[in-house]
Amino acid sequence: MPLLEVKELSVTFTQYDRGLRRKKATAIQDLSLSVERGEIVAVVGASGSGKSLLAHAILGILPRNASVGGQMAFDGQPLTASRIRQLRGKRIAFVPQSVQSLDPLMRVGRQVRQAVRAGDPAEEQRMAFARYGLAPLTERRYPFQLSGGMARRVLVSIATVSGAELIVADEPTPGMDPAVVQETLRAFKTFAENGTAIVFITHDLEAALAIADKVAVFHAGTSLEVARAADFEGAGDRLRHPYSRALWRALPQNGFAVPDLGANEPLSRSAVGCSHARGCALATIECAKTAPKPRELRDGMVRCYHAT
Amino acid sequence: MRLEARNVSKRYAREAWLFRQASAAFRTGDTVGLLGPSGCGKSTFCRLLAGYDACDEGEVLLDGATLPTSGYRPVQLIFQHPERAVNPRWKAGAIISEGWRPDEALLDSLEIRREWLKRWPSELSGGELQRLCIARALAPQTRFFIADEMTTMLDAITQARIWRTVLDLAQSRGMGMLVVSHDRHLIDRICTRVIDFRELAYGRHAVEE
Repeated sequence: MPLLEVKELSVTFTQYDRGLRRKKATAIQDLSLSVERGEIVAVVGASGSGKSLLAHAILGILPRNASVGGQMAFDGQPLTASRIRQLRGKRIAFVPQSVQSLDPLMRVGRQVRQAVRAGDPAEEQRMAFARYGLAPLTERRYPFQLSGGMARRVLVSIATVSGAELIVADEPTPGMDPAVVQETLRAFKTFAENGTAIVFITHDLEAALAIADKVAVFHAGTSLEVARAADFEGAGDRLRHPYSRALWRALPQNGFAVPDLGANEPLSRSAVGCSHARGCALATIECAKTAPKPRELRDGMVRCYHAT
Repeated sequence: MRLEARNVSKRYAREAWLFRQASAAFRTGDTVGLLGPSGCGKSTFCRLLAGYDACDEGEVLLDGATLPTSGYRPVQLIFQHPERAVNPRWKAGAIISEGWRPDEALLDSLEIRREWLKRWPSELSGGELQRLCIARALAPQTRFFIADEMTTMLDAITQARIWRTVLDLAQSRGMGMLVVSHDRHLIDRICTRVIDFRELAYGRHAVEE
């Protein structure tokens, strides 16, 4: 049984357009994802594809004008609004994307210690700082005295000292030195080996592939493919979806290929047809009319009529 | 044209020197990669080259003359975090036309949608803002274009697409490019020459004539 199971999740925002005229914007639709204990699932995609909103939906911290559909379950039990409030910071930990999430008026050492639930808080905090290459003096600093990369390591420390069974990390690595990125990724891997389930949200496909077991490729508010990390190799022929292949082939080391227009369109408000249809070499009339349903393919998932 | 840093040094307030006596020269038509660990002063060096900050020692010369301090600057700098490089109280349309009026063809090639121009910076994603910053910096008068981790926070497809546009333009106009990145693969892909900032900052790197 997966530790976290997300089924047919949708997130819709109600916005005021002009005056009192309201409009609805769908940010996530028909999204399913599951994470087992000890497994790292990477969620990769362009900015604006809905990756962060997935994290916010799991943690129950979407803004008030968002409505959520579908089901989520944690450890076999439905993840309701009241249950997530009990689990947050205990069994489920979050690494937020924004370094502004730290308390500006509290020394960062104390912020980390507050998250410790077992063992000596000071010792746990110091071990975490050592693990992520933060000097002992850092614990006395306030957030404004830290660089972006250091603040992010404090956020990672807070999430990891809690001993949570599930860590949701939203873009934990930007601004870090490559050596520190490696160190952080290795730490995530160690947590997973000890049974922690990790959702690793990133725009950096290379970082994702370094540690993930599975990769969910996001585009326009849903996952187009769930692949094994090992499927990203060579020319990408083992990948199931044309968008995943385009993402892989666009890496500087894999050809730096630029696909035709459309492959990176932000989510469309009119939710008809495949979000990738515009600019896809395989697209047919069918693709533009009805969005393909997710289906199992070669030990993964794909949402494409033409995938084989 | 030739952009030269001659024995430049920089320190912040009374802290230790960030780097001293750094020298390097760049020519239009070249694409040079700049590597080095974070915190070594690469970004500050870029700010000096673009005339964004003043050197504490040494000088930055464009064809032997100091950089102009008024009008459109021929050395343009793109920052890693576009949200910190725009005025949050200006709409996107005002932001991109601060220095010149970007033509339709450029907006199209950077895939800037016209509806973005009516929005505030807070209503645009990082990738969208970065494209606006690039358009703003690509007036015909730009002779050197400095990209400091320009596409670090973007997905691979957007990164490849933006670089394709910028490199095509650089080639057709004969601009000089300086690319700062942690991504060795990216540097190897687009640069004609690679320098390590640590060598340059201690004067060991020969200035190429």
